[in-house]
Amino acid sequence: MRTKTSIPIPGAVPTLTRKDFTSDQDVRWCPGCGDYSILAQTQRILPDLGIPKEDFVFISGIGCSSRFPYYMNTYGFHTIHGRAPTIAAGVKTANPDLSVWVITGDGDALSIGGNHFIHLMRRNLDINVLLFNNRIYGLTKGQYSPTSEQGKKTYSTPMGSIDNPFNPISLALASGATFVARSLDRDPEHLRNIIKAAFEHQGTSFVEIYQNCNVYNDGAFFMYTEKATKAENTVFLEHGEPLVFGKDNDKGICLNGFKPEVVSLTGGTYSNENLITHDQFAEDRTLAYFLSRMTEVPGLPHPIGIFRSVEHPCYEGMMTEQINTAKEQMGEGDLEALLNAGDTWVVE
Amino acid sequence: MKKQRQPIKEATILFASDSGDGSQTIGTQMTEASAIAGNDVATLPDYPAEIRAPAGSLAGISGFQLRFSSSTIHTPGDICDVLVAMNPAALRVNIDKLKPNGILIVNIDNFAPRNLRLAGYSSNPLEDGALTQFQVIPVELTRLTREALKDTGLTQREIDRCKNFYALGMVCWMYNRPMDYAFQWLKEKFATKPQYIEANTLALKAGNIYSEATEQFATSYEVKPAKFAPGKYRNIEGNMATALGLVAASQKSGLQLVYGSYPITPASTILHELARYRNFGVKTMQMEDEIAAVGVAIGAAFSGALGVTGSSGPGIALKAEAINLAMIAELPLVVCNIQRAGPSTGMPTKTEQADLLQMFYGRNGESPLPIIAASRPSDCFETVYEACRIAIKYMTPVIFMSDLYIGFGAEPWLIPKVSDLPTIDVDFPTDTNGFEPYLRDKTTLARPWAIPGTPGLEHRIGGLEKADISGNVSYDPDNHENMVHLRAEKVARVANDIPPTEIFGESNGELLVLSWGGTYGAVRTAVENKQTEGGSVSHVHLRYLNPLPKDLGEVMNHFNRVLIPELNIGQLRLLIRSEYLVDAVGLNKIQGQPFHIFEVESRIDELLRGDV
Repeated sequence: MRTKTSIPIPGAVPTLTRKDFTSDQDVRWCPGCGDYSILAQTQRILPDLGIPKEDFVFISGIGCSSRFPYYMNTYGFHTIHGRAPTIAAGVKTANPDLSVWVITGDGDALSIGGNHFIHLMRRNLDINVLLFNNRIYGLTKGQYSPTSEQGKKTYSTPMGSIDNPFNPISLALASGATFVARSLDRDPEHLRNIIKAAFEHQGTSFVEIYQNCNVYNDGAFFMYTEKATKAENTVFLEHGEPLVFGKDNDKGICLNGFKPEVVSLTGGTYSNENLITHDQFAEDRTLAYFLSRMTEVPGLPHPIGIFRSVEHPCYEGMMTEQINTAKEQMGEGDLEALLNAGDTWVVE
Repeated sequence: MKKQRQPIKEATILFASDSGDGSQTIGTQMTEASAIAGNDVATLPDYPAEIRAPAGSLAGISGFQLRFSSSTIHTPGDICDVLVAMNPAALRVNIDKLKPNGILIVNIDNFAPRNLRLAGYSSNPLEDGALTQFQVIPVELTRLTREALKDTGLTQREIDRCKNFYALGMVCWMYNRPMDYAFQWLKEKFATKPQYIEANTLALKAGNIYSEATEQFATSYEVKPAKFAPGKYRNIEGNMATALGLVAASQKSGLQLVYGSYPITPASTILHELARYRNFGVKTMQMEDEIAAVGVAIGAAFSGALGVTGSSGPGIALKAEAINLAMIAELPLVVCNIQRAGPSTGMPTKTEQADLLQMFYGRNGESPLPIIAASRPSDCFETVYEACRIAIKYMTPVIFMSDLYIGFGAEPWLIPKVSDLPTIDVDFPTDTNGFEPYLRDKTTLARPWAIPGTPGLEHRIGGLEKADISGNVSYDPDNHENMVHLRAEKVARVANDIPPTEIFGESNGELLVLSWGGTYGAVRTAVENKQTEGGSVSHVHLRYLNPLPKDLGEVMNHFNRVLIPELNIGQLRLLIRSEYLVDAVGLNKIQGQPFHIFEVESRIDELLRGDV
């Protein structure tokens, strides 16, 4: 068995570039798809993470986003619909030294794979999950997804969808995820920073990425990603900073009872002291959960950034600890002794 | 009173009581004591799905059947010599299994009108003449236990829980079994509760003394040791042997074992067993569902571990898509199916072997996999070990089949020497020169097992069709056809790696009985008996079901007729008929119970007489 430390040794790895992470396969997403940007930002940030290329494993399920591993010149496994978290959990548990990434979409992670998703979050393996949320089924050609807004008219719902959508951030928080963040396909720098932060977090990191499907759900997030409207409709979360937003940083979010509210910072009534100060390291999930609900309230900006980042023991680490403890207490397993254990008798 | 001691060849005892009242415990005690005394033993636990159905009800009866013998035996017996029935429900459920003139020990303290009503008796069978064909031994088991334990300071409830050991004491006397094993077991079991050690020990001795003193027992019996091949033995249950086989394969191959599972009867005890072996580096993962359980095993295999998942039919159905992923990705994986009676939830605590076609064909597309089946509890060790060897050598999922009957059944096991186990070679390539993820070994057609963390061998696999050699995604029509054939050929070549068919009896004759899986014991015994009577009948028991042994067609050609007994409606028969155009006939039983020896014998008789 290979012995390697999971903590990268700076300088021990040859300098890599984006090209090293680009496979020889043609990328086959629709021209203009938001996936291109996510792929590019991932390939650009990976060389900065300080670990050898052969230690990256990208694992996906089924859907447009799940083609991602084919385009990465790393180890990759394009698995089956919704099950990537389970295969990733097996990879990471068997070899904790690997950097394991799950690439998934709103249908893959939250519909067919919903059960695995919540259990991955609560187990807290050191796995990074990038969820490309475009609020639509792309690969199966345009049915509504579990994040589509109610009333969505699609091929499968000509009169409008009648089920309520999931809020992926709320779901991840409620499931006990230790790192929860949101980023945008059309904000490359932010996306790179978030991917890096997800990597650096020890434990399951969940990143929801607003991603545009220009064929079946074009512009679903333009209000939050395009220059003209982004500043007024998003609030960027910074640890220790008040929740301020707006083109001129003239608005803030304060809590009124249990309700987040937008207040003006220009009237003299409210200042930064009245606003929610973001604490991404808070052990208690309540504030992060409040923030996650802002997307449900019309008129409130969508929070972008890290909702929560807390350190808890990782599943695979505790597994290794149990093995070490068992070896200390019982000694390294001896097969001959194991087979001959219990009540035995000898026939001459 | 002078009591007689009568030597007998063998005995079959059935302990029956409310589930949770200790029949399984004392059955196991008697089994171990008999095994240590040198008898061959075979057991059949039979318990309800309900953990504790209402006391005294028919639904809640748990039974443990034990046969011990001075000669080699293969089954827990068709019919019982002794039935220990702790209440009317236990009597009613099991009385049909007691032979005429058999010994029936009943706890009459539990035969109050309420107990009789619960068991559905309109009158007391002990008084209405219903049991005249048996030797009924009524015992005030509850009262006698209370009397014996009155000075222990335990509550009446605690005292009553010791009455199974009182009964065990009686049975030990009947068969001249030393009680040392039980004494020792009690000491270990109740190490932190010495008052229970004392109480149960007292109950055991009191039951023994009672039997010696009472005039109800005129005779005790003695079963001499059986002749075994020399070596060291232990008594083992099938699922325990499966767990040990997996650990052995992990140790011999040098691969860490990752076992993903979701609790399901009758496979859960494999998970329990493996969870105890962290000091062997075993990583058991109890997952959120059956799919996740196979998923982690596949992920572990991709990482270079021995990935194994275990379940029963309904769980395997859920895993089918993932097994197919491992199949097309060509990763080693062992899937254990401990069969139970289906379809759907079926009868979870009853045995059957009706998942064979599911294992062959229960996946989309052309998806052949090696399938091997264990024949008896001790055989689970070697068979699952073989499954691991094939999976690793051929880079394929392998289905290991067992069933409830052999998974929960126990028998003596000749413990193998670690050095005698076949080697399992693992080759993780590191050479980047000419590496292609689907470049195959010329002999086995296995692809290289290049694992993450190996510099320069980065590659992608997945469920989409692969281009030959490069492993890139391919929709090319000819490539698809070629890959389908290559994958099938790889599995077919496993036949080059398996021993020739062993024929029990003459290699030609009138009738060949062909069986597989957990029916081995009953079928082998029936054939043995018929051979002794001079019948022209031989037996082949298959371990390898896919691919079948290369010589099987030729073997069958030397017999006029082929009989395939199965606990399903003819699944192996369907396969044999279609593969060999052999007009095999069946003996089929779908009752959730194993074959009785006499059932197989009478079918053999019919065929040898030419009646059918």
